[in-house]
Amino acid sequence: MSSDVRFTDFKSDKQPTWCPGCGDFGTMNGMMKALAETGNSPDDTFVVAGIGCSGKIGTYMHAYALHGVHGRALPVGTGVKLANPDLEVMVAGGDGDGYSIGAGHFVHAVRRNVDMTYVVMDNRIYGLTKGQASPTSREDFETSTTPGGPQQPPVNPLALAFASGATFIAQSFSSDALRHQEIVQKAIEHDGFGFVNVFSPCVTFNDVDTYDYFRDSLVDLQDEGHDPTDREAAKEKILEADKEYMGVIWQDEDASSYEDTHNVDTNMSEIPDGAPEDGMDLVREFY
Amino acid sequence: MAEDFNWAIGGEAGDGINSTGKIFAQALSRAGRHVFTSKDFASRIRGGYTAYKVRTSVDDVQSVVDRLDLLVALTQRTIDENLDELHDDSAIIYDGERSWEADVPEEMFAIDVPLKSLAEEAGGAIMRNIVALGAACELADFPIENLDEALEKRFGGKGEKIVENNKEAARLGQEYVQEEYANVSTDSFDFSLETTDADYVLLNGDEAIGMGAIAAGCRFYAGYPITPATDVMEYLKGRIEHFGGQVVQAEDELSAINMALGAARAGARSMTATSGPGIDLMTETFGLVATSETPLVIADVMRSGPSTGMPTKQEQGDLNMALYGGHGEIPRFVVAPTTIDECFWKTVEAFNLAEKYQVPVYLLADLALAVTEQTFSPEAFDMDAVEVDRGRVVDEDDIDEWLDEEGRFQPHAATEDGISPRAFPGTEKGAHMSTGLEHNALGRRTEEKSVRLEQVEKRQRKVETAQEREDWDVREYGDADADNLVISWGSNEGALVEALDLMDDDLDVRVLSVPYIFPRPDLTEDVQNADETIVVECNATGQFADLIEHDVLERVQRVNKYDGVRYKADELAADITERLEGQA
Repeated sequence: MSSDVRFTDFKSDKQPTWCPGCGDFGTMNGMMKALAETGNSPDDTFVVAGIGCSGKIGTYMHAYALHGVHGRALPVGTGVKLANPDLEVMVAGGDGDGYSIGAGHFVHAVRRNVDMTYVVMDNRIYGLTKGQASPTSREDFETSTTPGGPQQPPVNPLALAFASGATFIAQSFSSDALRHQEIVQKAIEHDGFGFVNVFSPCVTFNDVDTYDYFRDSLVDLQDEGHDPTDREAAKEKILEADKEYMGVIWQDEDASSYEDTHNVDTNMSEIPDGAPEDGMDLVREFY
Repeated sequence: MAEDFNWAIGGEAGDGINSTGKIFAQALSRAGRHVFTSKDFASRIRGGYTAYKVRTSVDDVQSVVDRLDLLVALTQRTIDENLDELHDDSAIIYDGERSWEADVPEEMFAIDVPLKSLAEEAGGAIMRNIVALGAACELADFPIENLDEALEKRFGGKGEKIVENNKEAARLGQEYVQEEYANVSTDSFDFSLETTDADYVLLNGDEAIGMGAIAAGCRFYAGYPITPATDVMEYLKGRIEHFGGQVVQAEDELSAINMALGAARAGARSMTATSGPGIDLMTETFGLVATSETPLVIADVMRSGPSTGMPTKQEQGDLNMALYGGHGEIPRFVVAPTTIDECFWKTVEAFNLAEKYQVPVYLLADLALAVTEQTFSPEAFDMDAVEVDRGRVVDEDDIDEWLDEEGRFQPHAATEDGISPRAFPGTEKGAHMSTGLEHNALGRRTEEKSVRLEQVEKRQRKVETAQEREDWDVREYGDADADNLVISWGSNEGALVEALDLMDDDLDVRVLSVPYIFPRPDLTEDVQNADETIVVECNATGQFADLIEHDVLERVQRVNKYDGVRYKADELAADITERLEGQA
């Protein structure tokens, strides 16, 4: 991988159609910078996106990419990575994609611990369908489909990941460009499933979880002297009800990735032009 | 003396019926005899009637028949379930010391063998089925040394002692029958199972699909366990890794097909296998696979539907789903192997078709193929004859001709033959996106009318190209000039071929067994030239018959079976005869 890759190399020539001021701009910029900073190039990177505003990211980034069906981005990323472990796999999605329709895949991708990065652009609203409640919307958040609020507690994605056996859990804020990039970078560098929940405000449909709200309320774990390898401390922070954190919350540096435990080390695109040489051994097994 | 011998062991699920039956089948195969097996089973771990049936002959056997010569019955229900197949001179081995009293029809031979006691004498009650196999060898006059070989194969991994104990158990069963039932023999129960020097392999359709996948270069499999497709996954697990491949057990079928899709995008030959209920879920992603022009093989090992249906029963009911499942319109290929060895070859072909035309290919197999073991000469799976054609894959050297004026790779270039270039990730200058949205040559979203037309037509053109370039052969049997035409697809072929021999010579019949559902051979002339055309299939409505009528614009007769049981040769011969004679 060439060291002269710049983050703009990851930009496609397509102009984003996100609303002006959308958090997704900052989220994507940080991802591109983190990819360049970790020595990746567009030709060796695979971006997988789901459906929703976040799903458009595959169009705006320049890399090998698949814009899949709603909620299934993680399984696609899993297949890509296991078929060619030399690729850098970056999966992106929204809170609806990851924690609603794709929640089942989220749990199992976390516990599988394939070495890829999952960035969730969490705006706590369904933006593309013009403002309905998402699984992370507040209990009293009024929308067209939930006039009195969802009246259900929001999903705590960090806790869901932790309970599923995550080896890397982080949270960032799209408008804190430096910290966001730094955190995504750590997720990429993590040997295993790097999960980053990014607060990526929707300026059009969410007037509660705004830039101002996150700016005022987010506590940077860096300032708290938090040790992400301390399991108990991580658990406490993840389950804390009245505070939201930014930074790497939990990292298990000793965990083995799926690739390690399953000896995944082959670029499967390379195959012979006929059956394997010892193919008849397979037949003889049936004697 | 009968030409073929039909044997079965039946009891409750959990009685070791399957593994005992397989040992006997292997012993026969090792002895150079042809074997064709079938299973009656329930979708539960313990309890419920289950049976493993073996038909064997020195000649080729490719179907089951409605006859049972020797039955090992571990329960009364095993006898009751098989009364239709048992005949006056059948012999039934049972254990009189068991708590139930066997009610064996008077005219048959009741062979009471203390299976449990003899097994205990040999070292443990667990071997009581093996005692029954020894008894069966004696009754069928089959040299017991062949059983020894099968026992070594089955128990060799558990140590010499276990093998010896099992051999001893078989001997005790044999000797008991020698002493107590020396005179079991009549004109129609007089078997002497010869051995030959032939070398045969014994395998089922799921295993043949798995082996075909490895031969074809498939390196990635993702799936979710489901009857009757699980054997494909179990075959690949532990073998594909030897070739650099991986098997992933996904959390559901939604995930399985998406993993397989991801691997295919990364350049792997990739597949998943499931049955109807899994196809329902996979249909969500099917359209994405097709419109992103990703080569993928999806095996649907059909079972009785709808919904959970009859999970362990035969049906060919998913043809329409394979052809039309999913919203919108998009080309897909549907290939349906007709025999177990063809499960191997059609899997190889499915991978080539998928990559040459960049389409998803449904491999439509059925339960009767999947759970049936049959003997073949090893040359039936000649690996040297396997060819791998990856289609229009471009690398660094030739990618330039596929870049637009701004240097961007065009994964959906609207070529004359409809086939676009593929660049695997890692290829320089090849970075591109793909999407389930309608897209332009670059793979980017568009709703522009001219591009929409261009892309729809380009995808459709791949079908025309394939129709021109490939051989869509049918498998033909019987009299080529016959007035009567019987058309079939899927696993019915074996029963049909044997039915030809059973039918009256006055009935001239030509059989066409069709392995391609889409694209498919044009049978217009064949149907028009025939006086009568009958389409045979295991479903209620005649889904393939509908297609033939659509192609030929002529009505055909339908012979359908949807009781969950595969066609038997003698049954099919009677059904076809009745139809044809009814016309005369």
